[in-house]
Amino acid sequence: MSKDKSEYLINRKDNQYEVVIGLEVHAQVTSESKLFSASSTKFGAEPNTQVSLVDAALPGMLPVINEYCVKQAIKTGIGLKAKINKRSVFDRKNYFYADLPQGYQISQFKDPIVGEGKVILDMPDGQKEVGIERLHLEQDAGKSIHDLDPKNTFVDLNRSGVALMEIVSKPDLRSPDEVNAYVKKLRSIMRYLGTCDGNMQEGSLRADVNVSVRKKGSKVFGTRCEIKNVNSIKFMQMAIEYEANRQVDLIEEGQSIDQETRLFDTKKNETRSMRSKEDAHDYRYFPDPDLLPLEVSDDFIEKLKLEIPELPDEKKKRFIEKFKLSPYEATILVSDNETSNYFENVIKKSDVKLATNWIIGELFAALNEKNIEITESPISAGNLSKLINLIKDGTISGKIAKTVFENMMEGDKDPKKIVEEKGLKQESDPKALEALIDKVIDDNREKANEYKSGKVKLFGFFVGQVMKVSGGKANPQLVNEILKKKL
Amino acid sequence: MSDITKQSLSELIKNIKDKKLSSTEVIKAFVERSEKSKKLNAYVTEDFSAAIDKAKKFDENPNLDLKLPGIPIAVKDLFCTKNVKTTAGSKILNNFIPTYESTVTQNIWNEGAILLGKLNCDEFAMGSSNETSFYGCVQNPIDKDLVPGGSSGGSSSAVAAQLTPITIGTDTGGSIRQPASFTGIVGLKPTYGSCSRYGIVAFASSLDQAGPMAQNVRDCALLHEVISSYDEKDSTSIDFKRNNYVKELTNNIKGKKIGIPKEYRVDAMPKEIEDLWKKGIDYVKECGAEIIDISLPHTNYALPTYYIVAPAEASSNLARYDGVKYGFRADGENLIDMYEKTRSEGFGAEVQRRIMIGTYVLSSGYYDAYYLKAQKVRKLIKNDFDEAYKKVDAILTPSTPSSAFKIGEKTNDPVSMYLNDIFTVPVNLAGLPGISIPAGHDAKGYPLGLQIIGKAFDEQNLLNIAYAMEEKIDFKNKITDWWIK
Repeated sequence: MSKDKSEYLINRKDNQYEVVIGLEVHAQVTSESKLFSASSTKFGAEPNTQVSLVDAALPGMLPVINEYCVKQAIKTGIGLKAKINKRSVFDRKNYFYADLPQGYQISQFKDPIVGEGKVILDMPDGQKEVGIERLHLEQDAGKSIHDLDPKNTFVDLNRSGVALMEIVSKPDLRSPDEVNAYVKKLRSIMRYLGTCDGNMQEGSLRADVNVSVRKKGSKVFGTRCEIKNVNSIKFMQMAIEYEANRQVDLIEEGQSIDQETRLFDTKKNETRSMRSKEDAHDYRYFPDPDLLPLEVSDDFIEKLKLEIPELPDEKKKRFIEKFKLSPYEATILVSDNETSNYFENVIKKSDVKLATNWIIGELFAALNEKNIEITESPISAGNLSKLINLIKDGTISGKIAKTVFENMMEGDKDPKKIVEEKGLKQESDPKALEALIDKVIDDNREKANEYKSGKVKLFGFFVGQVMKVSGGKANPQLVNEILKKKL
Repeated sequence: MSDITKQSLSELIKNIKDKKLSSTEVIKAFVERSEKSKKLNAYVTEDFSAAIDKAKKFDENPNLDLKLPGIPIAVKDLFCTKNVKTTAGSKILNNFIPTYESTVTQNIWNEGAILLGKLNCDEFAMGSSNETSFYGCVQNPIDKDLVPGGSSGGSSSAVAAQLTPITIGTDTGGSIRQPASFTGIVGLKPTYGSCSRYGIVAFASSLDQAGPMAQNVRDCALLHEVISSYDEKDSTSIDFKRNNYVKELTNNIKGKKIGIPKEYRVDAMPKEIEDLWKKGIDYVKECGAEIIDISLPHTNYALPTYYIVAPAEASSNLARYDGVKYGFRADGENLIDMYEKTRSEGFGAEVQRRIMIGTYVLSSGYYDAYYLKAQKVRKLIKNDFDEAYKKVDAILTPSTPSSAFKIGEKTNDPVSMYLNDIFTVPVNLAGLPGISIPAGHDAKGYPLGLQIIGKAFDEQNLLNIAYAMEEKIDFKNKITDWWIK
């Protein structure tokens, strides 16, 4: 296995450095209500309208675990092929901040609900396995808003208490591209499961990125820095790129790296120190005495296993085996549930090979251009299927099909109707084609003679002329055959 | 009708049910006596006129099937009461008016009782003499300048002085039983998980438990029956079958086995306490129960364990009082400065001491040596009781190592203050029910209490033993109304 080609290394003079990355992804659990209260989790509500007495930490208020969130975390664990811990413990992580009403965050420290698992990445040079260290449930904090008033900070507690899954990877990632693939795969798995919508704009998915560097070949990890709360894949990649180079520069200058927490400044494209190890908070974790240890039975877990849908890896395998797709095609088509559903709907009644090409090619390009999701596609799976059948049965040529497709993008019209209305039907009647071809040969006698005397390159010219005269509607295959005979 | 406020709860209920007394008459009598008793400083917040209005309304259409029909009750100011200020004895909550009701008080209102007001207590229930309250010391009606015990000191004083026929307190390390003992009344700390903690200002979550305080065991049993309930809003609430504690109350405890733990014979125990304990043993025997010597070997470690676990939880529970959302706020240059000023000015010295102890024992590097070790010892203490209960049905001990002391006597010596709870703390650590009943007087004429400790969820048996002993003891509290003249 040669992976040198795609290896991501930082070069300085004689030295090559490898980058070691681990991610702590914070994924918001898809749930109507919060982790320990009945408040709504809906995004975008007026500030402080989704705050219960528990969320605001009024005196004497007590947390009560939301069973649905526990199920979601376990399902995610199953999706990550991870060990589900039948007994887990909620701890308090103590620190003061204006948007943390309790003065502590309820999280899981020593005994998380999910243990070790794995995620498979499809990289251009093959598959890569990334280890999952753990997944635990915790509460989100509220939001401090510093820029609304020159003197005051405003606090919005709508997010306070919303359930998050913190998914901690092992330090198995080696490049920004792998981070990109990892986050996308994680998001894909959770979206298949319905446990996190993965919406990064709304903050449903963010990550703390741990970065260290070491000389190529070294087995010892370097000192790592943690870049806090990065909320897009692009920014994660930029932050890693900057941070890895910063660390390499320090080493090259003979300096050491301080273990610290850093922030990524998206405007300046740089990371800067937030606090050093010495200033690190002492969170004084201890088991939350308001909550009993969380215990789930085998039966509970088994029942949840029955609710797990086919996940991307399994679906990919099936697509390759059953539909003879290439790994590349299958990877793209299973990247999210909506795409694979669309694909499977299209191929119910049409050719797999053509469908694959049309979806990955024309459809994705068109959707991209409009910046919309496949669920919002103007062309329904049924109509795309019809279009493909029109190509397959020779009613229209591939070229004409592109015109029809463009028409369909304007509104979900039946492609047959478009073909009829615009008279785009392919000419496949041999007699009609013969007449057409005879005329073209007549009109180009000299060239026909040249062809006959050996200038075979001119064949393409004749095909072009026939297509032009027919308005692109002539069946190219038949044109070829007849032309050969006549010339 | 003779002096209404001298009647027990059971007598008041009977008179109201027999229509010999109206709720208004009863409420007015207790309000009047409370008004005359301001010197005791038992109340933080009086809700007297609202109480009289509620009584009048009750009398218009009295529901006499309720367990507490039109009965007045003042409650410890640690219970959140809807629209009535709730301070927890602290400056930091001096303007806090809850929009919600604690489950325990809601249970009381559901049975027809009427709130008289909120009773003084040690700040956040941290204290054994009611002297840590921001709202001042409470006088023990037994004698001038005598502490009523703590932390439920306003509660014990108010019941002993007959400002309210019954009350509820909370008990984290002895805060119901010790003040009950100091004032000559009955106080029950139920099994952990018996009464909901929802809406009670938290001190130490794994130890806090609400309980009834009354003039006699029967009244105590009735109030316990009302307040004990399973509550989904409290994840540590336990769904067990609760008895009809009054209906099933009996003085027949023949054949019951009562354990006497040798480790409770502490050094320098006053002779009066030792004599009281012996007397208690005699009473139990007279009732036909059997005395068995037992050992609770880890008793010595209970107090140090408690003073790690309770402050640790408190340091975290009290983090929410930061001046941001509600309660007292001191202005500051920035967020950190505001926190520091708010909490330095808002919390009293004892609360600050415990927050610091708690923060220390949870700190990284100390957690294993203190908090984790304490949790292990706590388990050993619980195991001690489990072992003992293989041989006995209940355990008899003194409630406190001394009678009530003078105000100011121990304020500068926290350790000697903490030693007050030496007999009560193990019960909280083990999550068991315990009851203190008045059993005699010392040479000064101050009341002394005996504690009975039961098996988990066995409040009925505990109450029965207390009920049988009460009959034999025939205790008379010596209240002279010295504060009224």
